[in-house]
Amino acid sequence: MRVTVVGTTLFAMLCLFSTPVKGLANELSGYVAAEGRYFFYDTLFDEQEKNSGSFAFQPEYYHEWEDSSAFLFVPFGRLDSADSQRSHFDIRELNYLWPTEDWELRLGVGKVFWGVTEFVHLIDIVNQTDLVENIDGEDKLGQPMAHLSVPRDWGVWDVFLLPYFRERTFPGRKGRLRHALVVDTDHPTYESDDEEHHLDFAVRYSHTVGDWDFGIYHFVGTGREPTLLPGVDMKGRPVLIPYYEQINQTGLDLQLVAGQWLWKLESLYRTGQRNDFFASIGGIEYTFVGIAETSMDLGVIGEYAYDERRDNATTVYENDAMFGLRLAVNDAESSELLAGLIQDLDSPARALSVEASRRIGSNWKLFLQAWGFFDSPSDDLLYNVRDDDFLQIELAYYF
Amino acid sequence: MKRLKLAFGLALILLLSPSATTAQSPEEKGLAIAREADKRDTGFGDFTANMQMILMNKHGQKSERKIRIRTLEVKEDGDKSLTIFDTPRDIKGTAFLSFTHKVGDDDQWLYLPALKRVKRISSRNKSGSFMGSEFSYEDIASQEVEKYIYKWVRDEEYESRECFVVEYYPVDKKNSGYTKHVTWLDKKEYRMWKVEYFDRKNSLLKTLTSTNYRRYLDKYWRPDQMYMVNHQSGKSTRLIMSNYKFRTGLKDSDFNQNSLRRVR
Repeated sequence: MRVTVVGTTLFAMLCLFSTPVKGLANELSGYVAAEGRYFFYDTLFDEQEKNSGSFAFQPEYYHEWEDSSAFLFVPFGRLDSADSQRSHFDIRELNYLWPTEDWELRLGVGKVFWGVTEFVHLIDIVNQTDLVENIDGEDKLGQPMAHLSVPRDWGVWDVFLLPYFRERTFPGRKGRLRHALVVDTDHPTYESDDEEHHLDFAVRYSHTVGDWDFGIYHFVGTGREPTLLPGVDMKGRPVLIPYYEQINQTGLDLQLVAGQWLWKLESLYRTGQRNDFFASIGGIEYTFVGIAETSMDLGVIGEYAYDERRDNATTVYENDAMFGLRLAVNDAESSELLAGLIQDLDSPARALSVEASRRIGSNWKLFLQAWGFFDSPSDDLLYNVRDDDFLQIELAYYF
Repeated sequence: MKRLKLAFGLALILLLSPSATTAQSPEEKGLAIAREADKRDTGFGDFTANMQMILMNKHGQKSERKIRIRTLEVKEDGDKSLTIFDTPRDIKGTAFLSFTHKVGDDDQWLYLPALKRVKRISSRNKSGSFMGSEFSYEDIASQEVEKYIYKWVRDEEYESRECFVVEYYPVDKKNSGYTKHVTWLDKKEYRMWKVEYFDRKNSLLKTLTSTNYRRYLDKYWRPDQMYMVNHQSGKSTRLIMSNYKFRTGLKDSDFNQNSLRRVR
C-alpha cells in the first residue's frame, strides 16, 4: 500500500511537470483480457472449484523527457471466479529511469529477466514468480529496486539494491494446480529478523564476445524459492508454511550462436538452504526456415535440467528432459504454436503443454494454452496436479 | 634509341586502343557500379525514420504495422540498426537489434517486452520472413559490397531513366533464399529503382520497386515508398517511409543490449 501512495504522488508530480517533448509524452497503452479455464477431470481436493473464469487488466503509462529520462507505471490486476488468491493486484512497474552517457539508474518497482533457456528459467532471481498467474513461471511480481547499469565496451555491470521482498503467490483453497495442502501466504516465515525488509543485493557482469553471450552474477539475500513446511493456520487447519531462507547464489548464463544452432546453458550454485547445491539446464535450438516451401519457420528445442538435490528439490526439474517445437506461421496475424514435452528421467512422470496465439484484427489477440500431466508417481511434485489437465482460452484487447 | 621507339610504340598502342586500359569484364563493371553506389551513400553518419508497413494477402486484406528505425553507420564494417515496433499493439515495444558485418555472419538480438527478455537469434535465417512481411531478413539488412558477387548485364531505360542492370549473387549461397537478384540503378545518382529476386530454383520470386526518392543532406537518396510483390504467393508488402532525419547524434551506446531493453 505504501508503494501505491508513493506512486500516486510521484505520478501526480510527473503529470504536473510534464511538458510536450520529442519523446513519447504521456503515452498510455496496455491490455484487458478475459480468460476461461476448463479442467477435464473432477477436483481431487474438497473446496476446489472445477473450472474458472477471470478478467485481467494491465495498463501502461509512459512518459519520456527531452533528456531521455523516463517514467513508467504498469499496474496489473486479476479477478478470478474461483480462487481468491488468484484475484490479486500488483504494481508490475513504477519507476524512474535516469540515463546518462556512462551509466543509467532505475529507481522504483522494476522488472529484470536473466536467462537463455526456454522451458525453465532457472537463474532468473530478481523478480518473484507470480505463480497463480501461470504455472510456466514466466509471470513475475514487481520488485522494488535501485538498479545501476554501467555499459562499457568490455561488458555491462549491473548492480541492484533490493530493499523489499515479495512473497511468491500460491493458489488458494478453491484453486486448482496446487499442493494437497494449501500454502498459507498470509503467514510467511523468514530466516532473517528483518523479514521482508531485508536489504538484498545482486551484481551481474554480462558481455557479448563474437558469437558468445554470457552473464555471471552473485545474489545475497532472501531466497525467492521458499521451503514449504507443514503447519496449521489460524483456524487450526493443516497448511504449508512458506519459509524464506537467507541465501547466496552464483548464477551463469551462456549462449553460443553456431550457424543455425543456438547452444544454451544456465547454471547456479546456492548456499543457505538445507543443503548447498548445484543446478543446471542446458540445451539447443535449431530453426528450419521456410518449411515445406511455405514462409513458416519451425524451431526445434531440446533441453535437459539437473538439480543436485534430486528428489529433495523444490522444483519438478531435477533430472528431466524437455523437447519442444515452435511453429511461426509468419502470417499477418502472427500465428504461433509452441508444443512441449517434459519427461522425468527417474520415473514415467511427464507433462505436455501446447500454447498457441493469433491476432484478430489489429487490437485483439486469442491465446490458447493446454497442459496435461501423466503417470506421476505418488512421491512426485506433479502427483497433486495429476487430475488438473486443463485448457485455457484467453481473449485480450490491446490499446 | 631502338628501345625508346619500342616504348613509344607501346604507349601509342595503349593510347589508341582504349579497350586495353578501360575495358572491364561484366563482373568488374558490376563491382565498380556497386562500389560507386556504396561510396555515394558513405558518410551519412546516422539516420532515423518512421516506417508504415502494409501487408496485403492475395485476397486484398490489409494489415498494418508501425515501425521506427534507427541506423548508425560503422566505419570499415556494416551498419548497426535498431527496429522498434509500435503497432500492432500486442507486439508494441518489440525491438530488433542488428549489427551487419561485411564478412561473416551478422549479429542479431530480439527484445520481447512482456518478458523483458533479450534473445540472441541466429542470423543464418536470412531467408526468413521479417515480421510476417514479404521482406526477408536479408532484404532489410544493410547492403554491404562484400556480401555479393556482381555482374553487369546491360544498360537499359527504366521509367525514362538510363539505368545499369546488375546481377547480385550472394556470397553466402547456403543461407540466402536467392540464387541472385537483378537490380536497376540509375546512372546519374545510383539509386535502386527495381530489384527482381530469383529463388533457389532460379525462378522469379519477388519484385521490389522503390519510388519517390528524396535527397537528404544534399547527398543521400532515400525512397518514400518500397513495394515488394511476391509473384508466387500473391502477397505483397508496402513500406511507406516518413520523417527521415540524418545526423541525429546517435552513438554506439544507442545500439547495445541496454538500449534495446530501454527502448520504447
